[in-house]
Amino acid sequence: MEKLMLLGDEALAQGALDAGVSGFYGYPGTPSTEIIEYVQKSRQAIEAGVHRTWSSNEKTATESAIGMSYAGKRAIVTMKHVGLNVAADPFMNSAMTGANGGLIITVADDPSMHSSQNEQDSRYFGHFSMMPVLEPSNQQECYDMAFYGFELSEKYQMPVMIRLTTRLSHSRSGVSRRNPLPQNELKLPKDPVQYVLLPAIARRKYKKLIELQKDFMAESLASPFNEYMLEAPDTSKGIITTGLGYNYLREVYRDTPIPHPVIKVCQYPPPIAKIHEMYDKCDSLYILEEGMPVLEEMLKGGNFKGTKPIHGRLDGTLSREGELNPNKVAKALGLPDSYGKDIPEIVAGRPPALCVGCPHADSYLALNEAMKDYEKGHVFSDIGCYTLGFLPPYSAINSCVDMGASITMAKGAADSGLFPAVAVIGDSTFTHSGITGLLDCLYDKSNVVIVILDNSTTGMTGGQDYTAFGKLEKICAGLGVEPEHIRTFVPFKKNFDEMVQIFREEIAYEGVSVVIPIRECVQTLKRKHKQEAK
Amino acid sequence: MKKDIILAGVGGQGILTIATLLGHAALARGWQLKQAEVHGMSQRGGDVQSHLRLSDSPIHSDLITMGKADMILSVEPMEALRYLPYLAADGWIIANSKPFKNIPNYPDEEAIYAEIKAIKNHKLFDADAIAEEIKARRSMNIVVLGAAITELGFGYEEIANSIQAIFKSKGESIVEANIRALEAGMKIK
Ligand SMILES: Cc1ncc(C[n+]2csc(CCOP(=O)(O)OP(=O)(O)O)c2C)c(N)n1
Ligand code: SF4
Repeated sequence: MEKLMLLGDEALAQGALDAGVSGFYGYPGTPSTEIIEYVQKSRQAIEAGVHRTWSSNEKTATESAIGMSYAGKRAIVTMKHVGLNVAADPFMNSAMTGANGGLIITVADDPSMHSSQNEQDSRYFGHFSMMPVLEPSNQQECYDMAFYGFELSEKYQMPVMIRLTTRLSHSRSGVSRRNPLPQNELKLPKDPVQYVLLPAIARRKYKKLIELQKDFMAESLASPFNEYMLEAPDTSKGIITTGLGYNYLREVYRDTPIPHPVIKVCQYPPPIAKIHEMYDKCDSLYILEEGMPVLEEMLKGGNFKGTKPIHGRLDGTLSREGELNPNKVAKALGLPDSYGKDIPEIVAGRPPALCVGCPHADSYLALNEAMKDYEKGHVFSDIGCYTLGFLPPYSAINSCVDMGASITMAKGAADSGLFPAVAVIGDSTFTHSGITGLLDCLYDKSNVVIVILDNSTTGMTGGQDYTAFGKLEKICAGLGVEPEHIRTFVPFKKNFDEMVQIFREEIAYEGVSVVIPIRECVQTLKRKHKQEAK
Repeated sequence: MKKDIILAGVGGQGILTIATLLGHAALARGWQLKQAEVHGMSQRGGDVQSHLRLSDSPIHSDLITMGKADMILSVEPMEALRYLPYLAADGWIIANSKPFKNIPNYPDEEAIYAEIKAIKNHKLFDADAIAEEIKARRSMNIVVLGAAITELGFGYEEIANSIQAIFKSKGESIVEANIRALEAGMKIK
């Protein structure tokens, strides 16, 4: 069958489509966004009526996928690593309920923090939940693991996690397709209490989950994605790779055979029996993990009682943070390394910046003017393009923690007596997890000014729509913000005085105010014009 | 045969189009490719790069090894220098000399040019001016590509075919502008 040139994200999406998925759920987040964007453009998905619209956040997305699986159909939910923190509750409990239709939870991690607040490794969550985890090492495996993941999920009635990382999500290569499978029919769970996690039932289900671990281990040992290349001449080292680590290992040996025993791990729980075999055979182990030392900690934490050294990120053989690359792997294994020339000193950093004409810029200039009368440190912000307002020339904000935190941090600060306490949040971020925070503010009549930057899009991740689009004022009014303290304006330079005046008035008001600057993101506007021209 | 190429520029300057065209030409030869891209935050006017790997045998890593790149192909002069740790000793720098200044502390241009000229194999030229001259203002990136293809071992026909295939849907005048840009780029010594 035809070969497609696909990003890792796209390969997974195409795999799931061909494996008979009925719905994709998710909230955008780099590097996972392209999975659903691909499906939204796919004729195959449109013709098959596959669900593919964005959810309000990762929690609602995960729960919707669990519901689709409950109804017997195959579902997949996608998010970036920090999204799994938001979805942690349904995620953890989905391992307790198990699945009916195949259920895949896809999480794309971002080691080296190319576009993220941290580099948490979702395999910890996978281990924590006790569900099987798949970690593709190339684009073809992304595709194949969608089939395999649904199969595994339906065989054990258990959700399966697929963990991606930036370099695979955003790298393109050739992918061969298979014959597509039909979607499942609607079919309720056989066991009527499967999804009822009352304590008495939950205890039973937890026992079952524990019992399943030996099956998951057997599946890992026999997995087509784990490879055990134990016959090799030089046993001074045994090398274990996870995910992309395998490619870098192959790369540093170029086209020569690797002289040491190698285990490639792409399915978890890790194939411990095989690793024992390697440990017995070799003088030392080297663990090359893309991400945090998850496997290394498992091995050091009690699996091996011997005294042979296990090298990895914990003992500094590899750096404790950051993604892997071929040079790091070569150095860790004591192989010759290569390097070009140093970057000349004159090369200046080029941080990202708000686009020319971005509406956020005008909002920040007006806000700065209104805040001039107060000391610095009173503006809580959030995650999105508008976080770039931290950088000069704006230097307008003082925090960026997690989605929604601007409102609730401003509330906490206001509760403690800080005045003024201003929150600046994007429209998509407000939808994601700002609404409940606003309710908290209203309940306590906290003295906060909440600025919701309505640029009609989820700008940072490339311009996706969001569920509260066009409804922000109504939502605020419906929650109970006084109508006269819901203020809107159009952030253009010519309106500067009006904007400053509105900010000043709402700062002076003792209670909850919402200010909504409304003007579309210039990139989204451009894209729209382009599409209309077509 | 393998070609490891670092494509460099600023978000929005069109380096992915270069990658697509080279990738298309490589696939037409029956080669394999891997292309690691930058998506997300940096696309907002920050520095962006793509690791493009083309080979007639299997490619393992999505990332190029430092010290092994055959070429840095950059649509902006300072960005070319950012990836020097990747360049092999006999590697090429092909760079547009026209700076993209969206930062207050952009360094002295002559100092940048001196650093590029210190690399044995280099081509440095104002691709924006050339594109303007041939009335293909938006094809600056293809001028830069044109300057690189001989060093990469590709022929005019191969890349011209890729331009036909990739830009066909955008209309004949866009295809022609890009062909002109390719030809102008190939004349650069
Ligand atoms: C929990 C979580 N999910 C997703 C993301 C990725 N992300 C960062 S900013 C953002 C959207 C920002 O959109 P919006 O609030 O509308 O602001 P804009 O970028 O348009 O200014 C997303 C999805 C994240 N950082 N954390
Ligand atoms: S993408 Fe849109 S919201 Fe983001 S900086 Fe550019 S104009 Fe502003």
